[in-house]
Amino acid sequence: MTAAATEPAAQPAGGPAAHPRPGFGRLLLAEWTKIRTVRSTLWTLMLLVLVSLGFTTLLVGLTMAQWDNMTAADHASVAADPVSFILGSGFFLGQLTVCVLGVLVIASEYSTGMIRASLLAVPRRLPMLWAKALVFAAVVLVVGLAVSFTSFFIGAALIGDKMEVSLGGDGVLRAVVGGGLYLAMLGLFALAIGAIVRHTAGAITGVIGFVLVLAPLAMLLPGKIGDYVYSYLPSEAGYLITKAQQGEDDLLTPWQGYGVFALWTFALLALAAFLLKRRDA
Amino acid sequence: MIEAENLTKRYGDKTAVDDLSFTVAPGRVTGFLGPNGAGKSTTMRLLLGLDRPDRGDARIHGVHYRDLPAPLRSVGALLEAKAVHTGRSAHNHLLALAQTQGIGKKRVDEVVELVGLTGVARKRAGGFSLGMGQRLGIAAALLGDPSVLILDEPVNGLDPEGIVWIRTLMQRLASEGRTVFVSSHLMNEMAVTAEHLIVIGRGRLIADCSTEEFVERSTEKMVTVRSPDAGRLAGVLAAEGAKVRPDGDSLLTVTNMEAPRVGELAAAEGAVLHELTPIRGSLEAAFMELTRESVEYGAAGGAAPGAIPPGADLAAGPAEKGETR
Repeated sequence: MTAAATEPAAQPAGGPAAHPRPGFGRLLLAEWTKIRTVRSTLWTLMLLVLVSLGFTTLLVGLTMAQWDNMTAADHASVAADPVSFILGSGFFLGQLTVCVLGVLVIASEYSTGMIRASLLAVPRRLPMLWAKALVFAAVVLVVGLAVSFTSFFIGAALIGDKMEVSLGGDGVLRAVVGGGLYLAMLGLFALAIGAIVRHTAGAITGVIGFVLVLAPLAMLLPGKIGDYVYSYLPSEAGYLITKAQQGEDDLLTPWQGYGVFALWTFALLALAAFLLKRRDA
Repeated sequence: MIEAENLTKRYGDKTAVDDLSFTVAPGRVTGFLGPNGAGKSTTMRLLLGLDRPDRGDARIHGVHYRDLPAPLRSVGALLEAKAVHTGRSAHNHLLALAQTQGIGKKRVDEVVELVGLTGVARKRAGGFSLGMGQRLGIAAALLGDPSVLILDEPVNGLDPEGIVWIRTLMQRLASEGRTVFVSSHLMNEMAVTAEHLIVIGRGRLIADCSTEEFVERSTEKMVTVRSPDAGRLAGVLAAEGAKVRPDGDSLLTVTNMEAPRVGELAAAEGAVLHELTPIRGSLEAAFMELTRESVEYGAAGGAAPGAIPPGADLAAGPAEKGETR
C-alpha cells in the first residue's frame, strides 16, 4: 500500500461541481478501448475477412472454372450484375460475423456484469449507448470497406476477360462502397437487438435467424403484398445498396433500400435507448 | 454525504427496500448491516442510480447520482456482483473506465499498485480469483480519488491479510474526511471497522447509531458470580429483581442487575465472592437478536417490524422478548 490514493487531490470536501462533465469524445475513446481490448472483436473481424474473401474466391473461382459448361441463361444471370454476384458470394455468410459481433458488443456487458461499471461511469446511460454504437459502426465500416473492395478485386481478377468488370462501371463503385455501408448498418441493427434482448445467445439466434432465414423466406410470400413485405424488410432492403444494377423486380432503388434499413435500425436503437433509460441495470 | 429518504423498491410483489431513510456522514466508516436478503445491495444500487426507486429519493453530495458531472471522481463504488468483462485485462478495464472521466493512465497504474495487482494487471480478469476480483473492484472504486465510497461486501473472498488491508484502507480513507459506506453481514468485522452502524432487516431500518451504542443497547448484560455461598446469594439477588441462573454449585449467571449492585447485596448478606465479572454480549449476538426479531415479526404477518429510531432504547425489545420466551 502506498499513499498514492491520497495525493493532494484528496480534498473530499470538494463537491461534485469540482470536476466538469467529460465530453463525448472521452466516451468514444473509452468505447474504443473497450472494443479493442477483448479478443472476440479480433476473432470475429478476422472471421469476417476470411469467410468473405474465402467464399468470394471459392464461388467465383468455381463458377469461372465451369464457365464454358454453363448455359447461356446462367451466363446472362451473372453478366446482368457481376458486381452483385462477386460481393454476394462472400457476404452471404460473412455478414453473420457482423451480426454476432454487434450483439456481443453490448450483450456481453450484460452477461459479464460490465454494464454496471459502464453505467456507474456514465449514469445518464444514453451517451454510453451512442458512443458504443458510433465506435462499433466505424470499426465495421472500415473493415467492411476493406473486405468489400478486396472481394471485388479478387472477383474481378477471377472473372478476367469473360466480362467487363471495373470500378468505373455504372453503379459499381457505389455498390462496392455499399458493401461496407451495408455491414456497418447491419452491425448497428444487431447491436440494437442485443441491447434490447440483453442475452447474448438469444439475441444472436434472433438476428441470424431473421437475416439469414426469415427475411429471405419472405420472398416466397405470394402476391403484391408479399413483394412489398419482402422489399421493406430491413436486411433485404439494405442489401440493395450492394447491387450495381437495380433488378427488374426491385421495388426500391439502392439508396431507398438503404434508407429503409436505416429507418428500421434507428427505430430499434430508439427502442433500445428507451429501455436502457427505463430498466434497472 | 449520502442521504436516503423514504427509499422504497419492489421487485414484483416482494418489497426489497421499505421506506428506508438515513444519512451517512463523512469522516467515519459507516457499516451497513443486515442478514442476507435484507436489502443492502438493493439500497446501494438505488443510491448509485442503477435501479430506480418506486418511491423516495437517494442523494449524494445533495444531488442524484445520475446528475453528478464526473461520477467516478465523486463516488467510488464496489458492487457485490462482479462488474468486469471477463475477457478484458484488469489494466484495460480500469483504463476504459478512467477514459470516461478524463482520468489519466498514470492513475490507472497507481490504483493497480495500490490494490496489489501489478503482477497480473495484463491478465484477463476472467481468470482472477474471488479475492483478486475484489481487489480489482476496489481499484475501480478508487480510480477517481472519490470523496464518497460505497462498498458492498468488500471483504468477500479476501484472505485474512486482505481483510486487514481493506479494513485499514477504509479507516484511512475515512480519516481523510471521506464518506465510507460499507455493507457486510459479518458483524464482528464491522465491530472493528465501523464507527457508526445502520442496521436493516427485511428492507426496513432497525438501528442507526454508533457501533458502541449498538452493542451497549442491544445486548443483554450479564454478570457471572462465583461464590461458595451461591445458593443463599441466588435467593437474595432474585428477591431484588435479578434473574439468576445457577450453573453448578458455586457459579451464578445474573442478568437484569449490574455488577456493583450484585457486590453490594453480597456484602450486605455477608456472602463471600470469589469472582464478580460483568460480561458484555458480542455484536454478533446483538445483531442476531435484532434481526431475529424483525424476521419473527415479519413472519407473523402484517405487524410492522417497528423501525427503531436513532437513539431509541433498543435494549427494551430483546429484553422483553427474553422474558416471554
